[in-house]
Amino acid sequence: MIESGLVRGVLRAATGIVIGFLYLPLVILAVYAFNESRVMAWPPPGLTLHWFAEAASNPEIRDAFVNSMIAATSATAIALVLGSLASMAVQRYAFFGRDAISFLLVLPIALPGVVTGIALQTTFKTLGVNLGLITIIVGHATFCVVVAYNNVVARLRRLPRTPEEASADLGADTWMTFRRITLPGLRTALLSGALLAFALSFDEIIVTLFTAGAGTQTIPIWIFTAIQRPTELPVVNVVALVLMLVSVIPVYLAQRIGGGDATGLVR
Amino acid sequence: MTTADAATPAPPAAGRGRRLARWLHARPHLQPRLLLLVPLAWMVVVYLGSLLVLLVNAFWVKDSFTGNVTPFDWTLNAFQEIFTNSVYGTVALRTVGIAIAVTLTDALLAFPIAYYMARVASPRKRGALIVAVLLPLWAAYLVKTYAWRTILQGNGFLAWVLHPLGLAGPGLDKLPNAWLVLSYLWLPYMILPIYAGLERIPGSLLEASSDLGARAGTTFRRVVLPLVIPSLVAGSIFTFSLSLGDYIVPNLVANAKFIGNVIYDNSALGNFPVAAAYSMLPIVVMVGYLLIARRLGAFESL
Repeated sequence: MIESGLVRGVLRAATGIVIGFLYLPLVILAVYAFNESRVMAWPPPGLTLHWFAEAASNPEIRDAFVNSMIAATSATAIALVLGSLASMAVQRYAFFGRDAISFLLVLPIALPGVVTGIALQTTFKTLGVNLGLITIIVGHATFCVVVAYNNVVARLRRLPRTPEEASADLGADTWMTFRRITLPGLRTALLSGALLAFALSFDEIIVTLFTAGAGTQTIPIWIFTAIQRPTELPVVNVVALVLMLVSVIPVYLAQRIGGGDATGLVR
Repeated sequence: MTTADAATPAPPAAGRGRRLARWLHARPHLQPRLLLLVPLAWMVVVYLGSLLVLLVNAFWVKDSFTGNVTPFDWTLNAFQEIFTNSVYGTVALRTVGIAIAVTLTDALLAFPIAYYMARVASPRKRGALIVAVLLPLWAAYLVKTYAWRTILQGNGFLAWVLHPLGLAGPGLDKLPNAWLVLSYLWLPYMILPIYAGLERIPGSLLEASSDLGARAGTTFRRVVLPLVIPSLVAGSIFTFSLSLGDYIVPNLVANAKFIGNVIYDNSALGNFPVAAAYSMLPIVVMVGYLLIARRLGAFESL
């Protein structure tokens, strides 16, 4: 350790401030979920559980939630299949244009979401495709592929090839080896890829607003609309609190699966 | 991979699968092509195809009478509109300026906490801090943006804190709000790569530096900083790109127009040529940024 006591003290204080900054808005919003008043002034005049019942019986929220679940599940499934296939080709074979593949896959999240959104919307409109749940899924799947791909590629790089060779030597064909050896080795990578893809899709609004059309709402679109209607705010607060609590699940699972954070930001 | 039924004794299917496997085994050059067929088709048709349609639309024109875009009528009208109307330039400068400010702010805020996590905290504390940074990252984007809306509004939390000092709350129509909220949103995307980069630096390197007589400040400047630059640039790709393309935050907390708002508004009016032409700007800016980032070694740290 070369850091002096003073430096360590300053770093500790800075860490505390940043953590405080990260949590302050979440805590404030959590308190508002119990706000007795319809007005969003701080501090709340009193506390109540009334809005939870109101949120639970709101049909708009229920429809938006169902749409979000369908979109996220479908996008995740498509992304997992496409991402795994691409990662196996890139990691297990050498061929011309291999580097271009990862670049192509990362492009939808490297370019700003508004570009992906307007590109898809312009295309759907030009081709006369009606916007709705299907077009939402197509958009989400496109930027989720890279998530599955990155997780599986990183795992394939670390998995030893010898068990697969042994399996082949013992007479197993390509499918058998894939099913019994490769797939079990990829299981947790696929799971963390699925987690992140699902969360990305469930949370997406920048692209979704372009591909949703007028009639289809997801949870983020519902929140975006409801935020701008003052009478809906008490119910938005409840939905926000529930979403905050639910977002603990992927973090917990990612820690359980081991090592990574499922975002790929910490390797 | 349609092998779900291979486990059950179903001789015909298994036999066909086995024959296919043998056939493929004899043709190794076909294997990557077959694996890539579907993913590549999707990405090329859906994504690159859309980008191409977008590019092409930028050279078409919206008929002012029917309100429809006339295809295959090639003009530079949309680009002319963007270059002659100064609003587009102002919005572009505002957006890029905020994106740069957000990136610098996040780098400054992220470095101390990442350094503390990587080199000072005990392993237990480090694990707790990683989770503490991850939780807000996974919290919903709109929930976080909305939380800031309640804080910044005229009678919100910030007004309540500032009131005893005789100051008023900022309200929801100030441009710095966008800088603050975007910095908040993307901060974890900066902390985590810098942490990972710092953690990879072997302690022996720092000891060697101090053994050779370098003081702590010199070691930091000459050893730590150069080694962590790629991670910092990797984090900045997120903070910059995400800020550059955002149109929800400027709308909800600053009542300001960013590049994304202008694109969105034009598309909502059916003016796809102008929306398309203007979206070439973030594409060009981002491709330039990625090329510089690659030169600085950021891609190995992603």
